[in-house]
Amino acid sequence: MSSVSDRMRGRVLASAPGDGPRLTLDGLERGQRARVVGYGEEVEPSAARRLFDLGLVPGIEVTMVRRAPLRDPVIFRVGDYEIALRRAQSRGIHVESVQ
Amino acid sequence: MSGQHDHCGSGGGSSTANLGLTRFAVVGSPNSGKTTLFNSLTGLHAKTGNYPGVTVARYEGRMRLGENQSVVVEDLPGSYSLDPISPDEQIVVDVLDTDHHNLRVDVPDAMLVTLNATTLRRSLGLLAQLQQTGLPICVVLTFTDDLTRRNGRLDIPAFTRALGVPVVTVVAGHRDGLADLRHVMARSDSWTTPVVAPPTDPAEVNAWADSVLKSSRYRMPEIDKRTRRIDSLVLHPVIGTAIFLLTMFVFFQTIFTVAAPLQDYVEQFFSWLGGLVAEHVHIGWLSAFLSQAVIGGVGSVLVFLPQIVLLFLLIALLEGTGYLARAAFLMDRVMARAGLEGRAFVALLSSFACAIPGIMATRSLPSARDRLATMMGAPLMTCSARLPVYILLVSLMLPAQARVGVFNARGVVMFALYLAGALSAMAVAAVFKKFTSRGGPVLPFYMEMPPYQVPRWRNVGAEVWTAASAFLRKVTSIIMATTVVLWVLLNLPMRGEAEMAAAGVDTGDEAAVSSYVLDHSYAASIGRSVEPVFEPLGFDWRINIGILSSLAAREVFVATLGQVAAAENPEEPAEALRTMTVQDGPEAGRPLFDAPTIAALLVFFMYALQCMSTVGVLRRESGSWKWPAIAFGYMFVLAWVLALAARTVVAAVT
Repeated sequence: MSSVSDRMRGRVLASAPGDGPRLTLDGLERGQRARVVGYGEEVEPSAARRLFDLGLVPGIEVTMVRRAPLRDPVIFRVGDYEIALRRAQSRGIHVESVQ
Repeated sequence: MSGQHDHCGSGGGSSTANLGLTRFAVVGSPNSGKTTLFNSLTGLHAKTGNYPGVTVARYEGRMRLGENQSVVVEDLPGSYSLDPISPDEQIVVDVLDTDHHNLRVDVPDAMLVTLNATTLRRSLGLLAQLQQTGLPICVVLTFTDDLTRRNGRLDIPAFTRALGVPVVTVVAGHRDGLADLRHVMARSDSWTTPVVAPPTDPAEVNAWADSVLKSSRYRMPEIDKRTRRIDSLVLHPVIGTAIFLLTMFVFFQTIFTVAAPLQDYVEQFFSWLGGLVAEHVHIGWLSAFLSQAVIGGVGSVLVFLPQIVLLFLLIALLEGTGYLARAAFLMDRVMARAGLEGRAFVALLSSFACAIPGIMATRSLPSARDRLATMMGAPLMTCSARLPVYILLVSLMLPAQARVGVFNARGVVMFALYLAGALSAMAVAAVFKKFTSRGGPVLPFYMEMPPYQVPRWRNVGAEVWTAASAFLRKVTSIIMATTVVLWVLLNLPMRGEAEMAAAGVDTGDEAAVSSYVLDHSYAASIGRSVEPVFEPLGFDWRINIGILSSLAAREVFVATLGQVAAAENPEEPAEALRTMTVQDGPEAGRPLFDAPTIAALLVFFMYALQCMSTVGVLRRESGSWKWPAIAFGYMFVLAWVLALAARTVVAAVT
């Protein structure tokens, strides 16, 4: 019988749909809203599972709040809370714009 | 996995007195009010230790539920997932995962899972994973007052039905929720469990969380306007940077200026105590041993206590308000150059005062690799103990009126020493980060930005108390042992008056006697025997004794050199130092403190880990002797090589 952490490690997250124009989280302007659709293929599986556990789940609404004075990292409002991500992470999160 | 199971209770397993008691683990994500809950359940009776073999602090405490029912509560590190990416999170898995645990730690009988009502959407994912362990769960819902203030809504009875486990609302600062919780905890064997555990498959868990939130009529809290207003100032490119610099300035000033008089009191108290002993104990060696080795040794540790208490008070306040996350956010880009992240900045900053609190402050780093890299670099920051040594050496090297351009040359050298220390610390941290990161996956960087809060005095108090008491207990023993050994080496073998008289020493002259004892002590023989090592740097046995004695604390070097100089010329020790010449060897007759040798000494002090308290804290914080041994080794090699380089360069220039 596999342990809980083994099962958690075995979770497979679908990559973002490959077609159409790509918008990633790091491309958002201040105040712009978007909806998460998935993670890029270059994102390591362990990193993708962590982003999922941080609430960056497909379907959740994200708003770009502000940049650090040195441009990086950036604060995003994810669902009901705020989190700072470096560009290295936000680049791998695919989103679609919300009007 | 752990070769060093500790039976005394502070390390590996729980203390024997807690055997057979029901164990509750407090589990939750960071910023879920987990520590506040733990502190209000156990008060200040929590014991801290390390989990065996890892650098993760462990907190557990006993609490009474009723007349004759005591239980044990353990505060597990904050965690976002049972899919661990840091040693802290691995601990949570090891403790909770009954199929997979590889540490000899006690599996809890039940869990108290803290869920922040304002971040419920994300927190339900963790709850679903925790329910997979099969352990009984009671949900402790926190921050419901914040939820209401921000116009959010949650139907708690419906939420309880949807989850199928007991739910207790505990709002920090209100006792009635805690009373309910104690009531529920007393009946932990009859907690309800859901018929079917929630799913953990990515798609299904989303659907499950949505349905739970929908049936409990959850309305997301609005943006916290107060936090947004503060952030628009504190994170503003210009105003925010100014606020940050001002905060750091005040931080620094408080640690140095407010602590200084308190440190003076501690010093005065111990010298008074030492004087008292000298006055009342008439057996010469015993009196000297008690006043110098024992009281002097304890005093030299306790003198750091005011700085440590103040530092942790300030850090706890900054953390409690939420500013620390903002400071780390502002500094992240700078720290990224060394492969570290914003949170490491606080530890390095603290190390300007003293590496001990600096190393202790690395606890705020979630990544064990960052923590180790920062710990390895922190002792290179110019701590306050190096200052008296630098002042002495720089004033020996340069006359007061020497200038570099419009600046005072001594000031320029001091600034260069501070700058070089900071840059070296960053460089070393970067190297260790690279070295320890090989193989493993890169930890993604993320940092939650919690809303601003008024800090809880109980949390602040608990944090300061934990830091101060751990410092006293663990480090006192190590520095005590070191100073006692050093004192013995510097003062033995005993010399009879007859022997000294025979050697032509005036036994009435205290300086002459101490000089004779020092010259013929075990330390002097050691100083001479290590001469081959230090000879290339231009050090003779007298400097070697100084370096040896500075192992207790760097500033002792000044006192030792003073002692040596006073022995040669009691009237003008400073002049004695300046005119001192090399006694033996091929270079006999050369001024001992010429510019190349002083440069070598300065560089040696900049890099060498001559501080047993730091070694002790490294041992405590890293959980093994491996890292202090590595730190001591690499710093010695660095110190020796760079000191030789400095000597060669200065000799070529002058």
